[in-house]
Amino acid sequence: MSFQHKHLLGIETLSTEDILTILDTAESFLEISTREVKKVPTLRGKTIINLFFEPSTRTRSSFELAAKRLSADIINFSKQTSSVVKGETLKDTVLNLEAMQSDAIIIRHSCPGVPHYISTFCRSPVINAGDGAHEHPTQALLDAFTIKQEKKRLDGLKVLIVGDILHSRVARSNIFLLNKAGARIVCVGPPPLLPLEFTKLGVELDYNFDRAIEGADVVMMLRIQLERQQKNYFPSLREYREIFSLTQRRFRRAKKNAIIMHPGPINRGVEISADLADSTKSVILRQVENGIAVRMAVLYLLLGGKERETTD
Amino acid sequence: MKLLIKNGRVIDPHSRTDETLDILLDRGKIADIKPKIEGKGLKVIDASRLVVAPGFIDMHVHLREPGQEDKETIKTGALAAAKGGFTSIACMPNTDPVNDTRGVTEYILSEAKRNAVVNVFPIAAVTKGLCGEMLTDMADLSSAGAIAFSDDGRPIENSLVMRRALEYSKLLDTLIIDHCEDRNLSRDGVMHEGYYSYKLGLNGIPASSEEIMVARDIILAKKADAKVHIAHISVKGAVDLLKQAKKENVKITAEVTPHHLLLNDSYMESFNTDSKVNPPLRSSDDVNALLAAIKEDFVDAFATDHAPHTPDEKDVEISEAPFGINGLETAVSLLLDRLVNKNIIGIEKFIAMMSTNPARILGLEKKGKIAVGTDADLTILKLHQEVVVDKYQFRSKSRNTPFHGWKLKGAPVMTIVGGKIVYP
Repeated sequence: MSFQHKHLLGIETLSTEDILTILDTAESFLEISTREVKKVPTLRGKTIINLFFEPSTRTRSSFELAAKRLSADIINFSKQTSSVVKGETLKDTVLNLEAMQSDAIIIRHSCPGVPHYISTFCRSPVINAGDGAHEHPTQALLDAFTIKQEKKRLDGLKVLIVGDILHSRVARSNIFLLNKAGARIVCVGPPPLLPLEFTKLGVELDYNFDRAIEGADVVMMLRIQLERQQKNYFPSLREYREIFSLTQRRFRRAKKNAIIMHPGPINRGVEISADLADSTKSVILRQVENGIAVRMAVLYLLLGGKERETTD
Repeated sequence: MKLLIKNGRVIDPHSRTDETLDILLDRGKIADIKPKIEGKGLKVIDASRLVVAPGFIDMHVHLREPGQEDKETIKTGALAAAKGGFTSIACMPNTDPVNDTRGVTEYILSEAKRNAVVNVFPIAAVTKGLCGEMLTDMADLSSAGAIAFSDDGRPIENSLVMRRALEYSKLLDTLIIDHCEDRNLSRDGVMHEGYYSYKLGLNGIPASSEEIMVARDIILAKKADAKVHIAHISVKGAVDLLKQAKKENVKITAEVTPHHLLLNDSYMESFNTDSKVNPPLRSSDDVNALLAAIKEDFVDAFATDHAPHTPDEKDVEISEAPFGINGLETAVSLLLDRLVNKNIIGIEKFIAMMSTNPARILGLEKKGKIAVGTDADLTILKLHQEVVVDKYQFRSKSRNTPFHGWKLKGAPVMTIVGGKIVYP
């Protein structure tokens, strides 16, 4: 098993083998979190920086716990309490933190390409924890891990991604990954949030949720942000809910054993009805649980002490 | 001292000349042009195997002075121009303060007289403060030396203001240059809207944002019977509108930049801020349409939109970086290599779009041609000179080019302004 990358910047640049390596490694880490003592010494002595320029509950805590369960030291940076508010540039911020001898930087930023930019001057591995609407690779990996857990495969599955595709890094990373894995992807949403160019990324587009959901194995709902309404991407939340909310009635059209996913945070009663979110069909909390194992795998593969050639 | 340029291949699109001739320069003018000129007390330049062209004119340059001298000054911008083969440059008014009053125009001209090695022609603002509301004192600015008017960097969004500007420009027989962008459509955009912007999750600037404003300007210019010049045309739809307007004899001209001809939106995949420019690098279909339009003579001029920004300003996340590419020192080699030496256009058309046409558009009667009595501004080219773009050798104060490291064939080897050698 080998993983030849220095950084994890996105799914697009990973090979299918890379993805399988991460998922297989995650499998072996899953059990650690169920132990009485949830800790192994694998990354003891390593220092990791959680550099979050955007708010986050799941991803930040998940990376933090993943690091801690591997015995790494991790510090959390948040924009509001940093010198960024004094006008320090992103580059200076990163270089100063790296000067404290960190071994990896996990970064979330509202601007696409920031992890790529940082990787041009960082010594240590850079892990993308979400860059604007571009990529969120660990989310796609944990989603794939969860789908495989449930369905035992990825190829040939019909996966629906529903909602604000245009602004979603989760959608993009999932599209890149599921395409490599041979799944059939159908994106559903209002036309202003579903640009035709997405077909060139290898997905089908459908404005009609009821039609698209027929025979789906996986229904992945995306969070809809209120501010999209203010920019006229759709006229009102009321209308959005009517047409694009996942309800019991709609979900009955999917395959019998279909699963419901959501990267969180969910808007109960907006993109998904509360009863469905809490139902046995929902794997939303399983995604969160698996997220730790997947992130442990990523940290281990990028930081694990073994010698290896790096190619990017 | 008199300068004699011997045995050069003189190409002058204005007189349709392409032959080996000697040119004598005296007191800032072209004094004689003959197959053989001899004389004593002359400085002789051997131009054998070189092309001698009328001095190149870049009608779209940002010199940043006054106000942003950390990016560029009139002096360094002019040095960059001379090295790049340009003998004249027209500078846009988005300085600080804006060139919207006689005082700023006169300041630019006096600084240019003291410090610039090439001719500098200020373009004044169409509206006060570039705010798009109140017209500047265009007659006063014109008499102070403003060669044309533009709110470049910004469109003139209000159609009524544009209409009035076009109408009033006829009083002065001057030119309005418009940066065509519907900013409601382009808002927050950092790159061309299309496959790559959707893939990269970057906000897009749609082609329609340019097309709509070009269409509007054509309609208004036609109605007003006034001259309008489209700055940095970049999309196929705008080219189609331009073609139609020219067929209908609307007084419209257009320029295109080297970067819009040689790069496309796929360059944004590296998130390199040096490729962030407005209008953005467009799709390869747009690039092909621009090249076709040049071949069919629908685009009049090459212009660099030289937009220097300091390394620090560009060394940030892509959303924060300013728009702009440093163009003066790369344009000639880029176009010679990629268009002329690849036989996409002939050398005569290249020179016409670099000199003859910009001179005509700007009304510079003594420039853009090689004839006895015209200004002694010449650009000398070596068509097979091999060069590597090295931004660290720029004379410009800034380094923001996406072409660093490009190997090119064809270069300016000597620049003569007013009978004086200003480069090398």
